[in-house]
Amino acid sequence: MQFFYHFGRYFILLTKVFSKPEKSKIYYNQTLKELISLGVNSIGIVIIISVFTGAVITLQTAYNTENPFYPRYLIGLMARDTIILEFSSTMVGLILAGKIGSSIASEIGTMRITEQIDALEIMGVNSASYLILPKIIASVLFNPLLTMISIAIGVFGGWIAGTVTGVVSSEDYIYGIQFAFIPFYVTYALIKTVFYAFIITSVSSYYGYFVRGGALEVGRSSTKAVVYSCILILLSDVILTQLLLS
Amino acid sequence: MIKVDHIWKSFNNQTVLKDISVEFKKGKTNLIIGQSGSGKTVLLKSIVGLLDIDKGEVKYDDVVYSKLDFRKKKEIRKKIGMLFQGSALFDSSTVEENVIYPLNMFTNMSYEEKRERANFCLNRVNILNANHLYPSEISGGMQKRVAIARAIALNPEYLFCDEPDSGLDPITTLRINNLIKEITDEFNTITIVNTHDMNSVMEFGEKIIFIHMGQKWWEGTNKDILHSENEKLNDFVFANHMAKRLKQIKRI
Ligand SMILES: Nc1ncnc2c1ncn2[C@@H]1O[C@H](COP(=O)(O)OP(=O)(O)O)[C@@H](O)[C@H]1O
Ligand SMILES: [Mg+2]
Repeated sequence: MQFFYHFGRYFILLTKVFSKPEKSKIYYNQTLKELISLGVNSIGIVIIISVFTGAVITLQTAYNTENPFYPRYLIGLMARDTIILEFSSTMVGLILAGKIGSSIASEIGTMRITEQIDALEIMGVNSASYLILPKIIASVLFNPLLTMISIAIGVFGGWIAGTVTGVVSSEDYIYGIQFAFIPFYVTYALIKTVFYAFIITSVSSYYGYFVRGGALEVGRSSTKAVVYSCILILLSDVILTQLLLS
Repeated sequence: MIKVDHIWKSFNNQTVLKDISVEFKKGKTNLIIGQSGSGKTVLLKSIVGLLDIDKGEVKYDDVVYSKLDFRKKKEIRKKIGMLFQGSALFDSSTVEENVIYPLNMFTNMSYEEKRERANFCLNRVNILNANHLYPSEISGGMQKRVAIARAIALNPEYLFCDEPDSGLDPITTLRINNLIKEITDEFNTITIVNTHDMNSVMEFGEKIIFIHMGQKWWEGTNKDILHSENEKLNDFVFANHMAKRLKQIKRI
């Protein structure tokens, strides 16, 4: 029952979000702001996580394939595919759900409980659209770029770890990351990223928008925003993988 | 004139407003009083259309406002100024941007004209040299005044104030109350104020309705209150011992 209640209310909110904007210039400015706060401000964390995880993936791959029959360049290939297929899209998506999701839910939730949303509505603003649409657009546009950055940095992190520890030579690794490269994997990662961006921003906005109560409830709803965004990301990962790779 | 006609409002299974009818006239300060949790805010928000009512209607002059859709409501919202309980200033915008905001939404004024109008309103509420500060950098009383400036930016015909005195010291309360009274006279607005502050009731209640458990329990003026025999009203108004004694003495 609860599920259908939230599901229905979420879709009603989305129809409000996507109804025709009134003063498009204001939306344009808001979207620019969100590109900075949701997108550009996430580059740092994506780089840090990608370089370390890329390194770990490469080392684990190397230690799991210490068989003389395996050519060493396979390490590069397997690290690359793991990074593209799962890490840079889904893992980064989950991390962004934590970072962006909680900030969106608490920002909108605070505006709700301090009646700033009511103040917008009184001024004839469609508050749902004004607050949420720019966030969705900004993330859907910018997160694919974050995924690309993550892929590049992750593969680079693997190269550093591999060569520094000597588990794989620079030539083998570089040969490996180019070997049997399937460009569609990148497309697949980017498609997933777009879905995740939509899930994170819309679900978190939903939890913020309908908060009632005080600071405690805002905190709770931002936790819920992160948890449900993560669950939906994982669920859509399964569905999209089946649809796109089978 | 605003006419509230037999309205009902409930949330989930809690009925908050029960069959409330009342009329508010021009150039008057109308007060809605009642304990906290009695439904004052819900009533105010139902009148301005921030909440959809379940039954009954709200009319602004001859327009049945509560039945209009979002776009049509805008025509009337343009004429509404509202002061929220916690001021509800946009905390990522400066004082000046806050006052300019409704002008952005409803007018095609040039930037200079908007700034001029914003400064006029800020002067009116005695906020000087704070244009570029953020809401978090000014005191609660100043925030209230900035919120009033924002509410009057579009020359409203209707002014709604939800507990303008909450969280303020008695002297600041008095100032805010006087400001609301002056603006009501100057702009000739229909002003509706929610309050549980007895000083305001005695100061400027030209028309008072008393809400108790979601129902309209009593209606009258500040003078009527002193003679009222309504038990619930007396319990509320003369809540403390001293006030009760005063009323008894006055009766004798
Ligand atoms: N959006 C809402 N959802 C559910 N219940 C609400 C909502 N808004 C108010 N209420 C309930 O309505 C009752 C009256 O609240 P309110 O009008 O805020 O009282 P007050 O007279 O203090 O302003 C309270 O019991 C409150 O919990
Ligand atoms: Mg209230």
